[in-house]
Amino acid sequence: MANKLSLITNGLLKENPTFVLVLGMCPTLATTTSAMNGMEMGLATLFVLVLSNIVVSLVAPIVPDKVHIPVYIVIIATFVTVLQLLMQAFVPDIYRTLGLFIPLIVVNCIILGRAEAFASKHNWLESALDGIGIGIGFTLSLTVIGIVREILGSGSVFGWKFIPGDGILAFVMAPGAFMVLGYLMVLFNKLAKKK
Amino acid sequence: MEYFLIIISAIFVNNIVLAQFLGICPFLGVSSRLSTSTGMSLAVCFVITLATVVTYLLNRYLLVPFGLDFLQTIAFILVIAALVQMVEIVLKKVSPSLYQALGIYLPLITTNCAVLGVAITVVTKEFSFGTQVPHMLNLAESTVYAFATSLGYGLSMVLFSGLREHLALNDVPKPFRGLPIALITVSIMAMAFLGFSGIV
Repeated sequence: MANKLSLITNGLLKENPTFVLVLGMCPTLATTTSAMNGMEMGLATLFVLVLSNIVVSLVAPIVPDKVHIPVYIVIIATFVTVLQLLMQAFVPDIYRTLGLFIPLIVVNCIILGRAEAFASKHNWLESALDGIGIGIGFTLSLTVIGIVREILGSGSVFGWKFIPGDGILAFVMAPGAFMVLGYLMVLFNKLAKKK
Repeated sequence: MEYFLIIISAIFVNNIVLAQFLGICPFLGVSSRLSTSTGMSLAVCFVITLATVVTYLLNRYLLVPFGLDFLQTIAFILVIAALVQMVEIVLKKVSPSLYQALGIYLPLITTNCAVLGVAITVVTKEFSFGTQVPHMLNLAESTVYAFATSLGYGLSMVLFSGLREHLALNDVPKPFRGLPIALITVSIMAMAFLGFSGIV
């Protein structure tokens, strides 16, 4: 049981997809204009990651080695399409805000990376737990970046405004995204070294 | 005139890396040397333009008439993967010297989100340049847009790798070494590119 739990916590710190593995940078930078957007993007990725990890681990033994990458990509693309249709039907507003970055989950290196490095070598339960762990790690990172950008950019957290005035617009725009991620990475490096 | 606006807008104002956040992974990954980043930019340029033309035609004449728009994501990624493979094979036969230069970057391009991103953008988003009414791009405009976007990718990548070569010689504080300082550099570049906003 402790072993299973470590699969989940692994994704939070030791193999945090954003700050340690540095994968999936495009959605990380583009969708974290506010804490809410960052969290929604993270959850959407979590959905695809868990399902594709399960299916990949089930089909991995019967897929010939030569074509395994295309097969994994099709599996991932299928779940992304499922997610697109679900989001269009139930949460069209979120789908519109995240826009292009929902279909682009297909080419998010985290998902293909986990399918290749973990799910193809483990059973479905372990793969699902790994997907949950990495997915939560990704969601948390995106939420943290989103919180920092939202505080600096518009003086609010999750839409709750506590600093009057306009905030620093640059942090909602492109330069702020790169800068916040850069400085958070410095912080993460510094704290991780201490332990 | 309209093509001119598309080109300026795609290269400078809506730069694919610095304003649209696409293709960041290879942008950070292979930009530590100027020679590798030029190679990657050329390969990306080639694939983005070709992939956009093919996916545009596929969408227009196969997916939309049969009401299969929802398969866009799957269809496009397969087309791009197949296209990259084909380009690799053809290049190997036709121009071994070009293959030598681009060879190692080609397989990486399949998972470069800039390619899929541009392909999806041109078939789903309405554009307006200058005082025009927003409209969907036609084939010629899409091709120009894709080509100009990839030029913008190349421009930002070459500029950035030049900065990074200098950065490698500097004494950077330990926690900043590697990616963090690179990201902060990109941030300053993005701020510089913000200066272009509003000209188109």
